[in-house]
Amino acid sequence: MTPAPVIELRDATKSYPGGVHALRGVNLTVHQGELVAVVGPSGSGKSTMLHVMGTLDKPTTGTVRIAGYDVSQLSDSRLSALRARHIGFVFQHFHLAAGRDAVDNVADGLLYAGVSLRERRTRAREALAKVRLEHRYSHTPSELSGGEKQRVAIARALVGDPTLLLADEPTGALDTASGEIVMELLHELNASGTTICVITHDSEIAASLPRRVRFKDGEIVSDSRPIFPTEEAGS
Amino acid sequence: MKSDLKPSRLSPRDILRVGAVGLRARRARVVLSALGIAIGIATMVAVVGLSESSRADLMAQLDRLGTNLLTAEASEDERGNPIKLPKSAVAMVERIGPVQHATASADIDARIRRSDVVPRERTAGVIAQAVRIDLLSTLGGEVDKGSWLNQAGERLPTTVLGSVAADRLGITRTGETIMMNETRVVVVGILKPIELVPTLDRVAMVGFPAAERYFGFDGHPTTIFERSTDASVEDVWAVLGRTISPGNGSGVKVSRPSDALAAKAATHEGLTTLMLGLGAVALLVGGVGVANTMVISVLERRQEIGLRRSLGATRSAIRLQFLTESLLLSGLGGATGALLGAAATYGFAQVQGWTAVVPLWSLAGGVAATLLIGVVAGLYPAIRASRLHPTVALNAT
Repeated sequence: MTPAPVIELRDATKSYPGGVHALRGVNLTVHQGELVAVVGPSGSGKSTMLHVMGTLDKPTTGTVRIAGYDVSQLSDSRLSALRARHIGFVFQHFHLAAGRDAVDNVADGLLYAGVSLRERRTRAREALAKVRLEHRYSHTPSELSGGEKQRVAIARALVGDPTLLLADEPTGALDTASGEIVMELLHELNASGTTICVITHDSEIAASLPRRVRFKDGEIVSDSRPIFPTEEAGS
Repeated sequence: MKSDLKPSRLSPRDILRVGAVGLRARRARVVLSALGIAIGIATMVAVVGLSESSRADLMAQLDRLGTNLLTAEASEDERGNPIKLPKSAVAMVERIGPVQHATASADIDARIRRSDVVPRERTAGVIAQAVRIDLLSTLGGEVDKGSWLNQAGERLPTTVLGSVAADRLGITRTGETIMMNETRVVVVGILKPIELVPTLDRVAMVGFPAAERYFGFDGHPTTIFERSTDASVEDVWAVLGRTISPGNGSGVKVSRPSDALAAKAATHEGLTTLMLGLGAVALLVGGVGVANTMVISVLERRQEIGLRRSLGATRSAIRLQFLTESLLLSGLGGATGALLGAAATYGFAQVQGWTAVVPLWSLAGGVAATLLIGVVAGLYPAIRASRLHPTVALNAT
């Protein structure tokens, strides 16, 4: 049985006013359980890909289906609900709330999913344990190292058990050692079943991932191999 | 296509928590912008409180003094000639059914000096009047030092001074003498201020018989004082003039001394309105401050807004967050202002010896005004925040 597609782009284009064509007819399918790198130099359209895959932006033409939902058919509030339940974001600069501890920062990942505060905190602790930060529950971002901050951010993305985890340059603001730990963590999470898409300009990081989709000038120039994960990878 | 995507609503508790996030991060700014609202609300609550407290005090005073005292004074007839009240005026007033007490005083022609070495031209600014000995009890006056005129004293050259009269003559104890015309008169008592008829405070009072004997007084009263039952004050008023001076009732001026106190309670209203207007202006300026703070807050927090949108916040959730923040901000100011206003009222009332009255409606009005300002000031920034595109907000640095 083929795992369900999590991301489906069909002839997706995105143009901005002023004649900038950030995406030019992109076709891409990512299945459940995959770990994909979207790689390309800056200006190649990979940030736009992140926005379109994350439903923060709609394509100008073409179809985008995320977790089975046709994005262009959804209202703004339904798109918000889609993000709340199916998509987790990890950003280059973490975007943690200063002055609030790790548990509360992670619990915010469930804030808009209709989960009670008590359960949000319980699940936040579980998510922090998954990224091996059990000893940092009550630390605020200013008391954490860069790598730890990014792990808190990953926990926040994970806490809602998303269908798709989108990581935008997750190691971009980290030193090499912390970056390696974060990448290792992403591999582990993928091994336990999470579908992950890493957007990066770093070919070395891309090379460490099983599937690489290269972008240039808004088009896919190469796709290493559309792999279908084996049965046990999804279980 | 699946269609189970219904955005969840935040619980009221979560709405408050999220709304407070922005306030906790910027405390100094929160305090300053809430201060504007606080000043406005405090002004309004204090103005209303003080005005009500002072009114309540006057009302209590009226209650204590009674509103059933009428005075009737000899005035002028139609041709402008001064009229004389008959000697029997008091007895005639006493015969009006509801009248409980009646008494009289009369102006007498006696110049008052501190002593016989003071030249006759230099009088002390004190008036001499003949009074009946039941005057004090009818007016509810009290003796400060010495005693009131008794049946023996009203025949002798003795006097009781009003509080101001004693002050002007420089007399602080009884037993001293003053000069009335060429007669040496002994001061036997000094009164406390008479609240209902303050004119009597400037008077040196002697008995009717003594006035006739020593100062050539003809025995005709000039002012009649009477107390009746509360219910019949109007009726007595209607007949008082004609009773005292049959055939020349219009020459008698009847008045109700307590009306002056009641008028005092009313005169505060103009000032109160003015001060309330000032409070409203302060409140308006405070509201502009809150709006300003909120606009800046939205500009500074584009990233946070983008993050929340990526976490699944709907536009209305963002709108609600900033509206709540604005409401909390102005609510904080309003609550502080109401407390300050009430405290100011209590403090000032304490100093004045009043019972502090802070009407509940002024507090409720303050809270309502605060909430209104919070909504009005927060609406525009909140709508701007909710309209930010999720990606724009996230890319902002």
